Amino acid sequence: MKKLFIIIIFSLYVLNVFAQNYVLLKGGNLLTITNGDLPETDLLIANGKIEKIGKNLSAPPNTEIIDVKNMFVMPGIIDAHSHMAIDRGINEWTNPVTAEVSIENSIRNDDIALYRALAGGVTTIHALHGSANVIGGQNEIIKLRYGKSIEQMRFKGAPRTIKFALGENPTRVHGRGNHIHPSTRMGVEQVIRTAFNDAQNYMQLWEEYDKDTSANKVPPQKNLRLEALADVLKGNIIINCHSYRADEILMLMRVLKDYNIKKVVFQHILEGYKVAKQLKEFGAMASTFSDWWAYKFEVYYASAYNASIMNDYGVITSINSDSQELVRHLYLEASKSLKYGNMSENDALKMITINPAIQLGIDKRVGSLEIGKDADIAVFSKHPLDSFTTCEMTLIDGKIYFDRKHDKDDQRLNVNPFEPVGFDSFSNTQNDFMLDKCVIDLK
Amino acid sequence: MKNVVIPIILFVLSLARLSSAQSFALKDGEINTITNGVFIGNIVIENGKISAVGKDILIPDSLETIDCKGLRIYPGLIDAGSFLGLIEIGSLPETRDNAEVGEFNPDLLAFTAINPNSVLIPVARVNGVTSVISEPSSGLFPGQSTLINLFGYTPDEMAILKSAGMHLNFPSKGRTSSFDKSKLEEREKKYKEEMKKLNELWIMAENYYKNYKKAFEENKLDSFPINLQFQAFVPLFDEQLPLIIHVNSQYDILQAIEWLSNKKIKKIFSGVSEGWRVADDIAKSGIPCLVGPVLALPTRAEDRFDVPYKNVERLRKAGVKVAFRSGESSNVRNLPYEAATAVAYGMPEDEALKALTINPAEIFGVSDKYGSIENGKVANLVVTNGNILQVRTKILHLFINGHKVSLKNRQSELYDEFKKRNP
Repeated sequence: MKKLFIIIIFSLYVLNVFAQNYVLLKGGNLLTITNGDLPETDLLIANGKIEKIGKNLSAPPNTEIIDVKNMFVMPGIIDAHSHMAIDRGINEWTNPVTAEVSIENSIRNDDIALYRALAGGVTTIHALHGSANVIGGQNEIIKLRYGKSIEQMRFKGAPRTIKFALGENPTRVHGRGNHIHPSTRMGVEQVIRTAFNDAQNYMQLWEEYDKDTSANKVPPQKNLRLEALADVLKGNIIINCHSYRADEILMLMRVLKDYNIKKVVFQHILEGYKVAKQLKEFGAMASTFSDWWAYKFEVYYASAYNASIMNDYGVITSINSDSQELVRHLYLEASKSLKYGNMSENDALKMITINPAIQLGIDKRVGSLEIGKDADIAVFSKHPLDSFTTCEMTLIDGKIYFDRKHDKDDQRLNVNPFEPVGFDSFSNTQNDFMLDKCVIDLK
Repeated sequence: MKNVVIPIILFVLSLARLSSAQSFALKDGEINTITNGVFIGNIVIENGKISAVGKDILIPDSLETIDCKGLRIYPGLIDAGSFLGLIEIGSLPETRDNAEVGEFNPDLLAFTAINPNSVLIPVARVNGVTSVISEPSSGLFPGQSTLINLFGYTPDEMAILKSAGMHLNFPSKGRTSSFDKSKLEEREKKYKEEMKKLNELWIMAENYYKNYKKAFEENKLDSFPINLQFQAFVPLFDEQLPLIIHVNSQYDILQAIEWLSNKKIKKIFSGVSEGWRVADDIAKSGIPCLVGPVLALPTRAEDRFDVPYKNVERLRKAGVKVAFRSGESSNVRNLPYEAATAVAYGMPEDEALKALTINPAEIFGVSDKYGSIENGKVANLVVTNGNILQVRTKILHLFINGHKVSLKNRQSELYDEFKKRNP
């Protein structure tokens, strides 16, 4: 009887082991980000999560073993500012405040840009609205599970985020374009305060309605825009604000203070270096470019040292792409802070892993190589901050989504049969770089 | 008396040399000559020129000597295509001087509009770029580019070649960008019209040239009616000035090769993003290529992600002479990292360095003065603490025309001001 019991337990264990999906990355140089660098160390993945990290780990039966000796293994890169996989829904141009719209309604799963980003070690992106509107709408965080459905690409459990925008773009689009507020940075503040004030009044109406005990009470009219803004005021949606100049950064922090909103991520924030002290005091975070500047007047005083200064002041800083091209080499972009401002290697890597994860509120799940976290991993031939490195493999939830050695060349999921072959390539690849990416979705 | 005079003269001469800003000695550096290997040695710069380079070069006592022990020395990098000095702020038309109105402006000179005090220029220098092609870019014939050193107070002081080449935006069937949603039929119609226009203009230019030469031979130039646009073609047909043909897609490249095949002029391709598809055809044509940007998206959805990274090397391997171009104004400083990406994806490092130095110098006919560290060449030199293609490497000294150029720029000055803000 006892023997039988042991056999049953044992076979259950064996069945369980076989049912598990194991992947072992063997002998790589692990850049854990949060627990230092571990040379020649194994990493075991079970069912899409990091199960073990250590030397000479034994592989359970049926384990897929990937030899990564001499290679560098880091957490999958996270891009906190992207517009890829969005089908004509970047900007809802019709009003300076469109808090009710959401990227989730215009996301597509077959954008080839997703695969090209995987080939640069990227595993998660923040698909944002553009910067035409002061309050542009709600965003979507997706894992690049290329080939899966839109629903399967969603980062389940990630917090909601909303796009705000200050400065030249909303004043150009609405002020000079439509002759309505805002056409100045003063007007931008007014638009935000008015929206918050309206949302407060709206919340109050509903509160009174809820408190009302009379039998014949009438509910206030439902307003999706104000519902979304009310959620912002309640702290349920993280503000991600397109910003460049120091004055407008300070303005938003003053407004948020008045409305008791604690969490904000400034996007671009190219003059963040001028007010790094105030950012730190507020607890604001920053997601910036490595070195873009001078493409418009409000970035004429931008500096490649921006990330280093904010990082030195203790501001949680990330490097983002805002571009389908730049996203392919965020590791190269992060390395620029080694030069401009003497940032440490680990801090530079943090800016494309754990820091954007913190900003998006998904750091419990991704952003570092830690036991229990999602097995979102990028494997590089050399150290990712070495300019001669190449991304060799990208895994999400322990599944290989990019493999440089074995992938076929053409990675399209859908082929448009009406697309002319051969003549359709661009005559000038530069044009894509000349535009401010946040407001290119004109058509 | 004589015994005193001569030493005094020598002393005064040595003082004069000491005070000359264009004379230095670089001692014990690892010198990457590009053309004659890599070795540890000394370089003597006198009056802006390299007067000696080698392992056992004696350094005159009078020279200001910079200890380069443990450091590397490269020739200054050349960007074979940029808008530096012409565009200050991308979105502001008032600050953009790269694109004139009209299709036919072969006589325009980028040189004229170079702003020597552009805030962008000191930023462009920080990673070792010392010279750039700055080019006009609108219409069929946008004008003539200039090859400049990134130091000087007037365009004349900066210019290596006042005019480096006449540019032609070759008619294209391709889309202008990923946002160009035009139909192929529309583009084909436009393409045919543009080809017709190009051929008509070209025939007129040839006829003008014939008449001009005839007038010259008959000594009748005084009464010859000058046409400024067609006059610009004279150095082209004299094979003095190259034609720089901007062309990117496979079809356009093949058309351009065909169109150029019977034209006796100096030819250079620029852009060439789909060059890898027709590398052998380009090699056979013998036309050198200014390629870039490397950090670009594949031109077609079906292309492998890394084709832009491998394009330059594929062309080189086929036998094409290649040089890198950034196509940038504000971020010319990233040129070495464009090359680094090509190296990461298979280009030999020494070939990438050539494509940043001696190759562009040869393509533009200035390799007697630029593009390598050799005796007699202009002292455009970069002293680094590591591999110049690695982002983390820092540039410690930069020489242009033998002037020790400051590496300060607005971004570094803002850094100094704000890293420890007080209050």
